[in-house]
Amino acid sequence: MIPEKIIQETTPVSKTDTAVIEIKELYKSFGKNEVLKGVNLTVKKGENLVILGKSGSGKSITIKCIVGLLAIDKGEINVFGTDITKLDNAGLNEIRVRIGFLFQNAALYDSMSVRDNLGFTLKRHAKDLSSEEVENQIKEILESVGLSEAIDKMPSELSGGMRKRIGLARTLILKPEIILYDEPTTGLDTITSREISELVLEIQKKYKTSSVIITHDMACAKHTSDRLMILKDGIIHAEGTYEELEKSDDEWVRSFFI
Amino acid sequence: MNNIVAAKKESVINYMKDIFNDVGNVTIFALRFFKEVVKPPYEMKEFIKQCYVIGYKSLPLVTITGFIMGLVLTLQSRPTLAKFGAESWLPSMVALSLIREIAPVITALICAGKVSSGIGAELGSMKVTEQIDAMEVSAINPYKYLVVTRILATTLMIPLLVIYADGIGILGGYVGINIHSDVNFHRYLAQVLESITFLDIFPATIKTFFFGFFIGMIGCYKGFNAANGTESVGKAANSAVVTASLTIFIIDMLAVQLTDLFF
Ligand SMILES: Nc1ncnc2c1ncn2[C@@H]1O[C@H](COP(=O)(O)OP(=O)(O)OP(=O)(O)O)[C@@H](O)[C@H]1O
Ligand SMILES: [Mg+2]
Repeated sequence: MIPEKIIQETTPVSKTDTAVIEIKELYKSFGKNEVLKGVNLTVKKGENLVILGKSGSGKSITIKCIVGLLAIDKGEINVFGTDITKLDNAGLNEIRVRIGFLFQNAALYDSMSVRDNLGFTLKRHAKDLSSEEVENQIKEILESVGLSEAIDKMPSELSGGMRKRIGLARTLILKPEIILYDEPTTGLDTITSREISELVLEIQKKYKTSSVIITHDMACAKHTSDRLMILKDGIIHAEGTYEELEKSDDEWVRSFFI
Repeated sequence: MNNIVAAKKESVINYMKDIFNDVGNVTIFALRFFKEVVKPPYEMKEFIKQCYVIGYKSLPLVTITGFIMGLVLTLQSRPTLAKFGAESWLPSMVALSLIREIAPVITALICAGKVSSGIGAELGSMKVTEQIDAMEVSAINPYKYLVVTRILATTLMIPLLVIYADGIGILGGYVGINIHSDVNFHRYLAQVLESITFLDIFPATIKTFFFGFFIGMIGCYKGFNAANGTESVGKAANSAVVTASLTIFIIDMLAVQLTDLFF
């Protein structure tokens, strides 16, 4: 028994071989505003985890902590088995290229065309690519999000749904192993939302990604989720599959599904 | 009564704390420039684009203000010099005041208004719409791409704009002189060149590099540190202009003292 325990402690990889993200007792506050008060969550390889929660409950904050955009107060965030809270900038960047992040408002670079938005990241990380190969990859990714014709447009010329897709294309271009979606369907009509949800599923299959999806859109949650978590008062209040939570004993949890 | 005094004291202390905090943060922000500027990769394309935006696009404004500076300075100084019967000194006086003081400061102030606020607004809106965060999460150093290129461009372009304004201002002076009398352009130019020495040009040029550095740095700092919400973009632009203008005057004052000391 004892040797086994030692092995577990000295090789963190064995503990997290199926978990790509593992958050333990995460605390984060802004001044007196305590937003996260001990969040624990795991994302397994290949799964889509949906996070629900009221506006302002700290969903965006949680995924921003995962990529090290925000410094945390306390806790542990293991991504691919490494605690990213202990990494320096260079170490963090190595992890970041393996993670895609879709911002709530897409965050496209306003001063660049769609082509340059996608090329910007690619050229800086795959330096040995010829400009022809870069162009080909951009076209391929745009095709997979169904927006080949937008390649020469500026972000200001795109609709909300198109921006989301281009944002998605920009995160996909580095072939990430994890994708963090912040409200991929918010502000879109039902048909476009449905298309984006389909896209999320397609990406999961095609690129074998693991994902965290934040959403208020229950149709999207039902469609894309393997597992759901509900954030309330700074902790994970409930966890389960869509069907389980829909029939929960907790009235507050059920209220999400009406 | 005591409460009011205590509250006042508290707010003054907080105000002072804010100022010291700000100064500390600006210093860290500025020092980071020197660390990052030497590290590859060099964002040449963005640097050249910024030189174009900051330098070339400011030319019309600098041309007009430069010309008017020279013209007005000549017209205003003429009566005073005439009183002492020293009208023939007019060209050298105009050229010296332009080169040593007026062209650098006015051009820098104009650029604080145009360039610093432009950078503040641009980076501020990138901050607010999470574009800077987007760079960060795709493992691209936004400081390197956005800040280093802009500060380098202003540090290089402002001195060039000032030299250009010197030239245009001297031309304006020529027009000003010819309103009242008829002077040959060659003679005017000869008189101007005769009166200018290396010691007039050198310190004046050195200080314009500092003007340029601070114009870029303050615009970037204000934009980079914009709070959330769209109204903070306006605030970033506004406070960039105010802070940059004030800084220009302070540098100018220090420059005069140092020039006196060394030259
Ligand atoms: N940069 C910040 N500075 C201070 N407080 C912040 C900051 N970012 C977020 N907060 C606070 O943290 C809390 C959680 O914010 P967060 O953006 O995570 O909410 P959310 O769950 O994503 O909500 P929504 O569904 O509306 O996007 C909010 O109360 C917000 O005011
Ligand atoms: Mg959010």
